[in-house]
Amino acid sequence: MAMQRPTRLPMEVEEQTEGDLGSKRMIVNFGPQHPATHGTLRAIMELEGEIIRSMDLEIGYLHSGFEKISEHRTYNQTVTVSDRMNYLSPLCNNVGLSCAIEKMMGITVTPRCAAIRVVLYELSRVADHILSVGLQAMDLGAFSVMLWAFIEREKLYDIFEAVTGARLTTSYTRVGGVMRDVPADFIPMVKAFIDAGRKTTREMEGMLNTNRIFVDRCKGVNWISKEDAISYGLTGPMLRACGVPHDLRRLQPYLGYEKLKFDVITEPGGDVWARYRVRVREIYESLDIIEQVLADFPEGPVNVDMPEVIIPTKTALNNPGGGMEGLIYHFKNYMFGHGMKPAAGEVYMGTEAPNGELGYFLVSDGTQKPWRWRVRGPSFYNYQAFPQMCLGQSLSDVVSGLSSLNIIAGELDR
Amino acid sequence: MANDDRVGSRDVEPKGFLAKTLMKLYVPSVLSGMKKTMEYMIRPKATLQYPEVKRVTRKGYRGEHRLKQDEQGRMKCVACFMCQTACPAECIEITAGPSPWPDRDKAPVQFRIDMMKCIYCGMCEEACPCDAIELTETYTQVSTSREEKIYDINRLLSN
Ligand code: SF4
Ligand code: SF4
Repeated sequence: MAMQRPTRLPMEVEEQTEGDLGSKRMIVNFGPQHPATHGTLRAIMELEGEIIRSMDLEIGYLHSGFEKISEHRTYNQTVTVSDRMNYLSPLCNNVGLSCAIEKMMGITVTPRCAAIRVVLYELSRVADHILSVGLQAMDLGAFSVMLWAFIEREKLYDIFEAVTGARLTTSYTRVGGVMRDVPADFIPMVKAFIDAGRKTTREMEGMLNTNRIFVDRCKGVNWISKEDAISYGLTGPMLRACGVPHDLRRLQPYLGYEKLKFDVITEPGGDVWARYRVRVREIYESLDIIEQVLADFPEGPVNVDMPEVIIPTKTALNNPGGGMEGLIYHFKNYMFGHGMKPAAGEVYMGTEAPNGELGYFLVSDGTQKPWRWRVRGPSFYNYQAFPQMCLGQSLSDVVSGLSSLNIIAGELDR
Repeated sequence: MANDDRVGSRDVEPKGFLAKTLMKLYVPSVLSGMKKTMEYMIRPKATLQYPEVKRVTRKGYRGEHRLKQDEQGRMKCVACFMCQTACPAECIEITAGPSPWPDRDKAPVQFRIDMMKCIYCGMCEEACPCDAIELTETYTQVSTSREEKIYDINRLLSN
């Protein structure tokens, strides 16, 4: 199928004459405030009867200036901005940002830190996928599935709260490490969740897989071809649902993913159903990855031993003798003009977030603050392929399609 | 609409004539859905009756701030401004003055945190070299005006 660029149509409703109802084209506005958009998005559609003939997207309703704000923060402070961009899996954004800064500065994190990050990353993927499947079901009428998904997500958020101290605004990672070590009961807590999570996912799957309404409204809906998906730059479950085994965890491993055994899930369909299947199967896959990491959870320090990047622990400060040096590094870390300064240059680091490739592009001018802090949010790329998927389909399929994209408006607008 | 290249994976499709017919009838899925709902009805509740039952947060939760005091009841803060520098939300405002105690030079005269701007990131706690400020487990904040949300030194000490 050739690429079709949807264009903006003049916003006028054609005059309708009696007896001519529905034969003329009609313009319908979807969003920006609509329960099914799961965020503030706007789509302007031209309909012929029920069939969508053209569609135009408008974004910017949730523009918060995240990138600009971050350019006025020091590198470690920007982590607080990153978790606000994605309200379904903030820890993935935290980890992605820290990995990018570490790549820029040539830091390798300790094995324990990498293990903690991988576990939290995969838990966030589960939280994201489980809720997005639940919301997809809710949009198609199965409300209770969403509530079950929510119960599971609450358990996950309890784990995040125990580890990071906040449920959503986690701000957990730091350059070269994490904010603090995980609590003593972290491993039993996660293990308990793995069992519960598997069970609930199986339940949800059991409810949806043979539910005729759900299946009929998913199969063949919002289809996109492999070639179009690649040329639009789709990543993550969207691309894997077109049968392309593209997964950055496999292709450019980071944080020790090369040592873990997991399958890159693909489905051949390219439609809403295939995306649903990819997400559900990835939940199991993520839980398997977590089990592997927990089976061999490394001991040792969580932070790298670089006092110019990581502040020394408080006990080192109060310790007489070794205390003065620690105190100097502590002060230098925070004083203007003395803190952590990556050498001038630029870096791009992509990680496989639940929705696709989450990339951070940072430009340093050799000061404490990034000169440019740019995010490649997967939602932005996934959303621009949306008109292509909707053309020729009926209006009601817009809803199931949009929930299968799992757009995070905060990341889309930044 | 479903031409063959558009249909998704077939691994979960019912096999055999009987199973396919049952799926088309929709009755088995309704029944199994009802069964699941009944099951959830007798499971423990996932919700809390909030104002009556309060959620207990774990130690390490990042809630309201507290300025710590030492054993003699003197505040530990030495007005070094580290927390103010580290704060990404720029919500701490310190006024320093001479210290009434001989073992340090400075002490804060006023220490204000704008709780409406604060994002509870805990970076002030991390930055403090004297362990003088910490985030408590209090997550409820009630006030009737904006002025009340700017916590001053007395409020922070008594937290
Ligand atoms: S918690 Fe964060 S935002 Fe709030 S005062 Fe401390 S450093 Fe500032
Ligand atoms: S960092 Fe600690 S000692 Fe320094 S001003 Fe802040 S609270 Fe006081």
